[in-house]
Amino acid sequence: MSIAASHPSSFYADKRGILSWIFSTDHKRIGLLYFYAIFAFFLVGVVLGLLMRLELIAPGRTIMEPQIYNQVFTLHGVIMIFLFIIPVIPAIFGNFFLPIMIGTDDVAFPKINLLSWWIYVIGAIFALLTLVVGDGPADTGWTFYAPYSVKTGTNVTLAVLAAFILGFSSILTGLNFIVTIHRLRAPEMSWFRMPLFAWALYATSWIQLLATPIVGITLLMIVAERVFGIGLFDPALGGDPILYQHLFWIYSHPAVYIMVLPAMGIISEMIPTFAKRTIFGYRAIVWSSLAIAFIGYFVWGHHMFTSGMSGPARVVFSLLTFLVAVPSAIKVFNWVATLYQGSIDVRTPLLYTMAFIFQFLIGGLTGLVNGALATDVHVHDTYFVVGHFHYVMFGGTAFAFFGAMHYWFPKMFGRMYNERTANTAFTLLFIGFNILYFPMLVVGIMGMPRRYYDYLPEFHLPNVISTIGSWILAAGLILMIANLIVARRKGAIAGRNPWGGVTLEWQTPSPPPQHNFDETPRLSEKGPYDFDLK
Amino acid sequence: MNILLSSGASNFVRGVDTSFAVILGISLFFLIGITGVMIYFVIRYRKRHHPEASQIRGNNKLEIIWTVIPTLLVLVMFWYGWTGYRPMRNIPADAIPIKVTAQMWSWNFEYANGKVSDSLVVPLNQAVKLDLFSRDVLHSLYIPAFRIKEDVVPGKNNKMWFIGQEEGSYDILCAEYCGLRHAYMLSKVVVIPEQEYYEWLADTTSVGGDEHPGLTVIKTNACISCHSLDGSRLVGPSFRGIWGRREQVVNPEGEEITVTVDGDYIRRAIYEPNAEVVKGYNKGLMISYKELISEEELTRLTEYLQTLQ
Ligand code: HEM
Ligand SMILES: [Cu+2]
Ligand SMILES: [Cu+2]
Repeated sequence: MSIAASHPSSFYADKRGILSWIFSTDHKRIGLLYFYAIFAFFLVGVVLGLLMRLELIAPGRTIMEPQIYNQVFTLHGVIMIFLFIIPVIPAIFGNFFLPIMIGTDDVAFPKINLLSWWIYVIGAIFALLTLVVGDGPADTGWTFYAPYSVKTGTNVTLAVLAAFILGFSSILTGLNFIVTIHRLRAPEMSWFRMPLFAWALYATSWIQLLATPIVGITLLMIVAERVFGIGLFDPALGGDPILYQHLFWIYSHPAVYIMVLPAMGIISEMIPTFAKRTIFGYRAIVWSSLAIAFIGYFVWGHHMFTSGMSGPARVVFSLLTFLVAVPSAIKVFNWVATLYQGSIDVRTPLLYTMAFIFQFLIGGLTGLVNGALATDVHVHDTYFVVGHFHYVMFGGTAFAFFGAMHYWFPKMFGRMYNERTANTAFTLLFIGFNILYFPMLVVGIMGMPRRYYDYLPEFHLPNVISTIGSWILAAGLILMIANLIVARRKGAIAGRNPWGGVTLEWQTPSPPPQHNFDETPRLSEKGPYDFDLK
Repeated sequence: MNILLSSGASNFVRGVDTSFAVILGISLFFLIGITGVMIYFVIRYRKRHHPEASQIRGNNKLEIIWTVIPTLLVLVMFWYGWTGYRPMRNIPADAIPIKVTAQMWSWNFEYANGKVSDSLVVPLNQAVKLDLFSRDVLHSLYIPAFRIKEDVVPGKNNKMWFIGQEEGSYDILCAEYCGLRHAYMLSKVVVIPEQEYYEWLADTTSVGGDEHPGLTVIKTNACISCHSLDGSRLVGPSFRGIWGRREQVVNPEGEEITVTVDGDYIRRAIYEPNAEVVKGYNKGLMISYKELISEEELTRLTEYLQTLQ
C-alpha cells in the first residue's frame, strides 16, 4: 500500500505487509479494508444488474434461462442490500472519518471494529458459497418471502445465514459508533458542535443496533422451518406467511434509513465546503435525522398494502408513511438554502451532490405514490417500485458515496485525481442512470410486474431504453474507477485542505498520521461549519 | 403513461387515476421547483460572481413554513389515496361471487354453478367479487387496466371486487414472485354483455369438447404448468413417454431406487408427491391432489398418460 503519497508519519507508513492490514485495529485501515471489500461486491452486483438488463432487452429468452434469471436477481439484491448499501457509508467513511471529525484517535472499541470487518468477510463467504454448493444460489428474491423460501430447493438456508451473519457486523459497527460519539468527542465538541455526518451516523447506529436483531431472528426462523420443518410461516405446516412479512419489514423498513441517512450526512458535509458558508438550519437537519430514525420504525406495513391486512391497519400505515416524508423534505430545503448567497465552487463532489438532490427527490416523490393507498395498489410489486428504490438507493445513496469518494479521496490517499475526467465520468453516470431507471417508472405505471423474466410486447420500448441506459452507466463507472486508480498512483499531491473545508479532517495532514492529528485541532464555538475560522 | 388516460375500464379507474394526477402533479411541481432553484443558486452564486459568501445560519420562519406546507400537502395526498382506495374494500352484498384458485403457475376461476374456466369471464356493469385461494405459495392477482391487485395468500381467503365497465379483454398478471414461471402466470378477464354472460355460464357442456377426459383433468388441475406434454423439461418431468418409463427416484429414506411407471406409481406421485421424488427435481414444489382429483378422474388421467408415447 505504499503507492499512496505517504509522508513518513502517515498511517500507511506505520507498518507494512498484508497482516498489518487485515489484523489492524486502526479505524482508518479498517475503513479501507471495508472499502476494497465493499467496492468489489458492488462491482459484482453491477455485473449481475447488467446481465439482467441484457436479458430484458427483448421479450422471450435473450441470454439466460428463467431459473438463472431468478437466481441472478436474488443474488443481485442480496449483494446490493446486505453487502453494499447497508455497510457502504458507515463502514467505509464512518470508520475512516468519524473519529477524526469528532477529534479523537480511534473508535471506542478498536478490536470489535476489526471483528466486525471479519464478520463481514465471513458473511460474504457464506453468500458466495451459495454459488458453488448444492442446487445453486437462492431464487427467492432478496426478501426471502415464505412459503416459497421454505419450499424451494435452492440454497436459501445458506443465503439466509449469510444475511444473519452480516447483521452482526452491522450491529457491532452501530454499537461502536454510539459509544464513540457519546464518550470520545474532543473536550470542546458539544453535541451541537458535531458535524452533521456524525449526527447522521449516530441516528443510523441506533437503527442498526435496535432493528437488526429482528431480522436476525426472522431469518433464523426460516432456517428452522427449512431444516426442522417447524411450522412458522408455511400454512401447509400450520404457519402464517403474513407473519413473516411483518417480521421482515419491521427490520427492513428501518433498514432503508440505514441505507440513506449516512448519505444525507455526507451531503450535509459537502454543501458547506463547496458553498463556503455555514449550513443553513443545522438543528433542523439534526432533528430531522432523529425524527426519520424514530418514525421509520412505525411504517413497515406500507410494504403490505395488498397482502390482506385489515382496512384500518392499511390506513394507519399509509398516514404514518406520509409523515415520515416530511423530515426528508426539510433536509432538502435546508440543503438548497445553504447554496443561497454562498460562494460556490463547482467541483466534482458538488456535481454528485446536485445529482443526489435531483435523484433523491424523484426517489422520495415516487415514494409518495407508493405511500398512498389507491396508487400503491396499482404500482405495488411493479417496475415502478424497482425504479423508485433504485432512485433512492442508487441515485441517492450510491451517488452520495461516489461524491464522498471524490470529496475525501485526497484526504485518504494524499493525492488528487484528474477533475476533467472525473466530471466526464460523472456526466456519463448521471445520464446513464436516468436513462436506465426512468423508463422503469413508466413501464411500472403501465403495469409490468417486477421479478419478470419475460414480458408482454407492449412493455418492450421502455425496456430497450432502460437497457441502453445501463451501458452508458457502465461506461461512466469504468471511467470513474480508472480515473481514481490512476490518481492513486500518479495524482498530484493534494495537501491538507484542497477544498478549503473547515471540519476537523481538513486540519490534519493527508493522509492522516496514525493517531489522526499532528497538532491539536481547533474548534470554533460557532459550530462545525464556521468559515470565519481562519 | 397512456394507461392513465384510458377511460374507466373498471369502477376504480377514476379514483385511482385522480390520486395519481394529484400526487404526480404536486411531485412534479416540487421536483422542477427545487431542482430549478438549486441550479439557479449554483449559477447565480458561483465563486467568480459572488466571491464572498454570507454566513446565514438559518431562519426559523422559513423552517416552519417548509415544515407546515409539506405536512399539509402530504395529508392531502394521503386523503386522495384513501378515498380512491376505500371503495375497493366495500364489497357490495349482491356482487357475483367467483372463486379464484391460484397455483404455480396458473389461474383457475370457478363460478357459482360449478362452471370452471381458465380465464375470468364477467358480465358488463355488474359487481363481481373474487374469493382468492392459493394452493401453494404467494401469488397476486393484478389487473392493470382495472387498477386493482390483491395478494393470493395460502391459508387465507383474501377478497377483491370490481365492476367491469367496458366490454373487452384485459390482462391478468401475477404480481407476487412465485418461482420459475412467475412471468408466465397470465390470464385474461373478459367483460361481455350481461345476456351473453348468462348464456356462456349456462353452457357447461362445452368444457373440454371432444378432448380426452384425462386431458381435461390435466388441464383443469393445471398439471401442464409444470409437466409438459411434448417432452420438454419444465419444473417437473414431462408426461411424454411417461408410461412404462424407468425413473430414478429418491425414496423417503433418502435412497435412490429405480421404479417403472405404472398405475400404482402414478397414483402415489399424485396423492403423495413428496414421498418419492424423481432424481434431479425438487421436493416440496408439488402439492398432494388427494382432495382435488377423484379416483374416477385418476383412472381417466392414467388412461390418457398411456396414450402419450
Ligand atoms: C448497474 C447497476 C444496476 C442495474 C443495471 C440494476 C438492475 C436491476 C434490475 C433489472 C433488477 C430486477 C428488478 C426485478 O426484476 O424486480 C434489480 C433489482 C434490484 N436491485 Fe438493481 N440494478 C443496479 C444497481 C443496483 C444498486 C446500486 C442497488 C442497491 C444499492 C440495487 C439494488 C437492487 C435490489 C435490492 C433489487 C431487488 C432484487 C429483488 O427483487 O430481490 N441495484 N436491479
Ligand atoms: Cu418501507
Ligand atoms: Cu407469481
